[in-house]
Amino acid sequence: MSTLLEIRDLRAKIGEKEILKGVNLVINAGEIHAIMGPNGSGKSTLANVLMGNPAYEVTGGDIVFKGESVLEMSPDERARKGLFLAFQYPVPIPGVTLVNFLRQAVNAVRGEEVPIREFREKLFSKMELLKVDQDFARRYVNDGFSGGEKKRAEMLQMAVLEPAMAILDETDSGLDIDALRTVADAVNKLMNPNMGLLLITHYQRLLNHIRPQFVHVLVDGRIARSGGPELAEYLEARGYDEFLAELARA
Amino acid sequence: MTTAPEAIVGEYKWGFYDPEEALFKANKGLSREIVNVISDMKGEPQWMREFRLRALEIFWQKQDPPWGSPQLKEIDFDDIHYYVKATDRDERSWDDVPEYIRRTFDRLGIPEAERKYLAGVGAQYDSEVVYHNIREDLEKQGVIFLGTDQALKEHEDIFKEYFGTVVPPGDNRYAALNSAVWSGGSFIYVPKGVKVEIPLQAYFRINTQNMGQFERTLIIADEGSQVHYVEGCTAPIYRSDSLHSAVVEIIVKRGARVRYTTIQNWSNNVYNLVTKRAVAYQDAVMEWVDGNLGSKLTMKYPSVYLMEPGAHGEILSLAFAGKGQHQDAGGKIVHAASNTTSTIISKSLSKDGGRTSYRGLLKVYEGCENVKSTVRCDALLLDEESRSDTYPTMEIDAPDVHIQHEAYVSKLGEDQLFYLMSRGLSEEAAAKMIVNGFVEPIVKELPMEYAVELNRLIELQMEGAVG
Repeated sequence: MSTLLEIRDLRAKIGEKEILKGVNLVINAGEIHAIMGPNGSGKSTLANVLMGNPAYEVTGGDIVFKGESVLEMSPDERARKGLFLAFQYPVPIPGVTLVNFLRQAVNAVRGEEVPIREFREKLFSKMELLKVDQDFARRYVNDGFSGGEKKRAEMLQMAVLEPAMAILDETDSGLDIDALRTVADAVNKLMNPNMGLLLITHYQRLLNHIRPQFVHVLVDGRIARSGGPELAEYLEARGYDEFLAELARA
Repeated sequence: MTTAPEAIVGEYKWGFYDPEEALFKANKGLSREIVNVISDMKGEPQWMREFRLRALEIFWQKQDPPWGSPQLKEIDFDDIHYYVKATDRDERSWDDVPEYIRRTFDRLGIPEAERKYLAGVGAQYDSEVVYHNIREDLEKQGVIFLGTDQALKEHEDIFKEYFGTVVPPGDNRYAALNSAVWSGGSFIYVPKGVKVEIPLQAYFRINTQNMGQFERTLIIADEGSQVHYVEGCTAPIYRSDSLHSAVVEIIVKRGARVRYTTIQNWSNNVYNLVTKRAVAYQDAVMEWVDGNLGSKLTMKYPSVYLMEPGAHGEILSLAFAGKGQHQDAGGKIVHAASNTTSTIISKSLSKDGGRTSYRGLLKVYEGCENVKSTVRCDALLLDEESRSDTYPTMEIDAPDVHIQHEAYVSKLGEDQLFYLMSRGLSEEAAAKMIVNGFVEPIVKELPMEYAVELNRLIELQMEGAVG
């Protein structure tokens, strides 16, 4: 079993506020991990720092991806190395069609011009796999998309870019139950034994559809507890307040 | 100044120049004598000579508009050649055009474009039109596409009926100047019901240093006709400035449709001060697609006067100001009749301290009912040093008017850049993609070849924009 991603004592701040205070995590190929946690615990910061968002400053520790530190890499270099972040709030790019965007992204990630025919075949097969309408690709990226459409567009990007390691940041937020199922089905279809998946979520409900082997609870910038799927159920049953109180007693 | 031109060829690809081989070059400066010389050389009718001389008096009396750019004061009207004639013939075959001029237009890709996707082409080099041709089938249908000087000779009646009626010499200082010393430009007449499906194009090239180019274009679209005219322009890069001051007049008759597309890419030593105006009659449609990428200072506000019910006016304006450039662009729509509609969409980009201004007028005359208008101005700033301003004016003297006006200024977003970069795009590619998307509403209105060209020009402007 090969290690894909190793997060070592990762510390990060935004402005003067330290948010990550020493996160440790190892993800191997074929594994699905979930990070849960209350609001403000640093979940989205972790996702952004892993992808290299310049708004955050890493103050300590390391992120090792495929055996190499990515701390000094720009977001595009990380993407080309096989890292992918599905955004909690995908950003609209008016005037740029999804199909054009995807083509440039595929070329960039592969480091070569993919023949147009090959690209189209891939795009259409992935759209079919994810049950996405063909007209979807001609729309402007995230522009006027519903919550569900934005998340499906993220999944389509993941499908076409075929990353080695995908981080899904609150992919369930803003989705109704049908949309959640559609998106979860997509993730399950895309997951494969060579790939790692990190789900970041506030609620357990996503984990009913995508079953992680490992669940971690992030509290105040550190992983407070790790376990199997039962930990998510335990959290759901107790609620974060009780869990935090229990941690405080321990 | 008679020093050799210094070609500072950098990112601007069209900055090359030909050694000056003019047949005739008027001395610098403006006088009644120069105007008379121009009129003599052209062998014009007396009424045109009088028109010019009247306009010259108006120019001398008129001031720059109070809101005009302070840079206007830098123009030295005594340091300009008002008339430079490279050849005395407006040819119909490229083979007959003097070789060095033909080579210039070859480099600019004009004859090739003509073969591939144009219905007719005009080419102006300094003051005179050197080439004009139109497809035979269109000529047989009565479409006239000529250099303006030649049109005055061959079609004086129709010329006289319309010339100077849409933009009179007294309209503004630069219209007066143009009226006094005009030379070249295109004349188009499209007869009733004739639809010219593919574009006619004119290309304007300044070669001489310290040159003023004053072309004059007149387009008459008769009832139910249709035409799309495209113009492009470039100049060499010299240390000293040139002046381009054109007047364009368009008459769109009942049920006719005219689209006028400009891709202005003057070198950064050209003052571009142009008056463009159209009148649209019943159920007529007038569209300006105005792309301003080059020049040192551009002041240009294409306008549409909606004279009769059912008329529609549209202005799509795109401006890109880089280092040392000021694009003062926009549009004017005047609703002078009921049941008229209009749209103005302006998109501007500024980088490296460049400045864009949107200046617009929307006017609705008293007594006009059921008028609808939409104005939308978006500005994108690519860095902290650049600037964008909006000066919209509305004069609404009627109650039954529906107007939407929106204006946005945004900065190249960190969140957009991060999003695109997280998909593997370099910072520069991401910025280009955002900019291409921003201008898409304008670019998609262009014929494919021009859309490609415009995107390429924007990419050139964008080089080194980030990081």
